[in-house]
Amino acid sequence: MHLVATAAGPLDGDHLGLSIDVAPGTSLSVFSVASTLALPGRSRLTVTARVGPGASLRYSPEPLVLADGCDLRVDVLLSLAGDATAFWREEIVFGRYGEPSGRCRSRFDATVDGVPLLRQEVTAGDPALHGSPAVFASARCAGSTLLVGDLPREVHLAEGCAVLPLAGPGTLVSALAADTVELRRRLEWGERLADKSLP
Amino acid sequence: MHGDMAMLLLADSRLPAGGHAHSGGAEEAVRVGAITGPEDLARFLRGRLATAGVVTAALAAAACEVGARPAPERWQRLDAEADCRISAPAQREASRTQGRLLVRTTRRIWPSEALDSLALAVPDGAHHPVALGAAAAAAGCEPRQAALAAAYTSVTAPATAAVRLLGLDPVLVHRLLADLAPALNDAAHEACVIQADDWSDLPAHAAPALDLLAEQHLRTEVRLFVS
Repeated sequence: MHLVATAAGPLDGDHLGLSIDVAPGTSLSVFSVASTLALPGRSRLTVTARVGPGASLRYSPEPLVLADGCDLRVDVLLSLAGDATAFWREEIVFGRYGEPSGRCRSRFDATVDGVPLLRQEVTAGDPALHGSPAVFASARCAGSTLLVGDLPREVHLAEGCAVLPLAGPGTLVSALAADTVELRRRLEWGERLADKSLP
Repeated sequence: MHGDMAMLLLADSRLPAGGHAHSGGAEEAVRVGAITGPEDLARFLRGRLATAGVVTAALAAAACEVGARPAPERWQRLDAEADCRISAPAQREASRTQGRLLVRTTRRIWPSEALDSLALAVPDGAHHPVALGAAAAAAGCEPRQAALAAAYTSVTAPATAAVRLLGLDPVLVHRLLADLAPALNDAAHEACVIQADDWSDLPAHAAPALDLLAEQHLRTEVRLFVS
């Protein structure tokens, strides 16, 4: 399935909601045809996904770009049944070329059989944290892919990318990069190491 | 009340619980050239406080509440909430090591049901903020004091490490810490906003650069600090 945005945005006042149910034993892939450009003003994006027993979900839309002046709140809730699998990629770009980043607070919660697997928040565009060597360093974009399933529990490291087995049944590939091309290359490198069955 | 005094003891780097052995990513940041002087260090500390610091403070505050009515199931559930907020295995390991040592030490200082029940419920070592909150409860602290102690140690450990690693002027570095006072108060305040038994909404700020530094640090041959 490809998401096709028929209007620019999200814009000031928009609240976009996406609800995904993957029925037991089925599989679904969600892509988008273009990046999402968050435009100036306050907006919200809420994604809720439920993946049933034996089902599989791949969610890998194109990057989210935070235009200067945006104030976006993203909430993602991913709930999986015990033997479900998932591949969930998110890429955030801190502003269009040459512009400072808009603001964004993104919260991601993944549970397996009700037990928390990963909870993480990303705050972008906060001038007080801009360029902190502890958070995004000098990166212009950040991304992560959560893979859930029966995966090898090995840590891998490369420049700007880490493959991190979580405490629960999943692995997080986390990357920082100067541009989206490099970010995608780093994430794909990590994804293939995290799940050797990927092409 | 005894809470203030106990908070000072818990936040003191001289507490014999091994905290001095951890640099919170600062050692690796110095090695790779991400921290070269006071300006970088200030940005590092501010970023660490706003991410790992706030998360640690919130977990410590919640643990302090649990410590008032301890139950194995509550400890295990809160410890799982800490587990799912730390992506890097190196950081989970460092957090559990510190938590284990802190429980061992503070059980002798403040013998209590809170710490005994935590040690039983999470025998492999609770995550550091959970242990810190339990110790704070045992010592008579309020959740806000536990949060303050957690947020404070999240920046003092890397600051002290940077002084040693880079030979920085310790007075200047303490000035940086003093400048963080408002942010530290805000962090403790944010940590205490949600205080119910459902901890799913507790802060979960990620710091991707800290994750990378933590894993790189484990692969570095010569290290002064454990993390």
